[in-house]
Amino acid sequence: MAQNIVILGGGTAGTTVANRLARTLAQEIEKGQVEIHLYGDSAVHLYQPGYLFVALNMRDLHDFIRPQKSLVHPRVYWHEQAVQALDLQHHRLKTEHHEVSYDILVIATGSVPNFDFVPGMAEATENFYTPDGAVRLRDRLTRFTEGRILIVQDMPHKCPAAPLEITLMLDDYFRMRNLRERVEIQYTYPIGRIHALQSVADWALPHFNERSIHYETYFNMERIDPERKVVLTMDGAEHPFDLLISIPVHQGAEVIRRSGIGDELGFIPTDRTTLKMIGEEDVYVIGDATNLPISKAGSTAHYQAEVLVKNITDRIQGRPETTPYEGKVACFLESSLGAASFITFDYNHPPHPAQASEMLHWFKGMYNELYWLTARGLM
Amino acid sequence: MIKKTIDARGSYCPGPLMELIKAMRAAAVGDVIEVWSNDAGSAKDIPEWVNKMKHTLVHVQETDGFYKIAVEKTHP
Repeated sequence: MAQNIVILGGGTAGTTVANRLARTLAQEIEKGQVEIHLYGDSAVHLYQPGYLFVALNMRDLHDFIRPQKSLVHPRVYWHEQAVQALDLQHHRLKTEHHEVSYDILVIATGSVPNFDFVPGMAEATENFYTPDGAVRLRDRLTRFTEGRILIVQDMPHKCPAAPLEITLMLDDYFRMRNLRERVEIQYTYPIGRIHALQSVADWALPHFNERSIHYETYFNMERIDPERKVVLTMDGAEHPFDLLISIPVHQGAEVIRRSGIGDELGFIPTDRTTLKMIGEEDVYVIGDATNLPISKAGSTAHYQAEVLVKNITDRIQGRPETTPYEGKVACFLESSLGAASFITFDYNHPPHPAQASEMLHWFKGMYNELYWLTARGLM
Repeated sequence: MIKKTIDARGSYCPGPLMELIKAMRAAAVGDVIEVWSNDAGSAKDIPEWVNKMKHTLVHVQETDGFYKIAVEKTHP
């Protein structure tokens, strides 16, 4: 009987793992010794970093959407079905249609923004972390000619550099429209500097100072009053806005929160080196779904997929799992509409942002297309 | 008296401070929350945060290679 490898989640992490395993285990699959089943609840695959470019009216949303079926390798069974419950004790999960048994489970259920965590946020805010939000923000920005833009964020959230990027890009966006003097840009951050990574904060701060971008640190939201258009913070202060852009706290997928296997936000306790769920020999966790204190980003999922696929392949082929995940993450940092920096780092090496350049900006633009090769497991 | 202890050892900035913020949101006025952290940045960031939020720093103690930082919630 074939060994069942079941992958939950059709985003970057899940799709990449499934497609890579389809190649590394080609012989075992062809002989009927292994089956790979990928479960996801969406017929389309979204390239989420593209939302930033949609919000700033540089690209169309459709540029960043492909049918999931078109990305999945023919050796993978793709099931467009929501998983409703997990039973790790009996190696089973329940979809909306039937029960599924697994020998190896890969949880790649991602994370989602919670706009209800801060009272009033859902009614008051615009965002660029959802496809609909990015389109709506684009439409608001194209009509925005004066006033105060307030950028607020809570932790943890995915793509930790994106709030800095949109702030720097908005400065350029309004300069190009000759409106910058009439638009105030106010960035905020919950801890005592403008980014959690010290070197990224040090990189961005001179840009803020030179370009008259205002900022406030230790900015912790209590609630938002949509009618008065003010954000109230824990220190009792009120912060008015004409346009609010929020990056809310993220949490794990609903199925994880419902199953009780995650922490209080629904992130799954995961070994930082083996990527196995703590206490579970047959369950791996990848991408945003882990509780690891590293960036929730597509590149994290990409590097983790390389490790996880190698180890699962070794395991299936009878070798010990010896490849460690060492915390590798890489990230582009857009510093304007036409220049970008780049960082790469891991558990033992902090990031050092590269000199911002037009070339790095164009490379990020190219990666928007190259991404589809990553999802296919080819790059 | 310490109402809640958060063991954030092994978690690095912004982890311990964000854990404290989460606990302070849920705490009642008068509660004392103590954070344990082995990140030196926390010993600087948490008192700064407490000062800005106008709560009260009860103590910062360094023992056995980690910090115990206690904070009293003094207003809603």
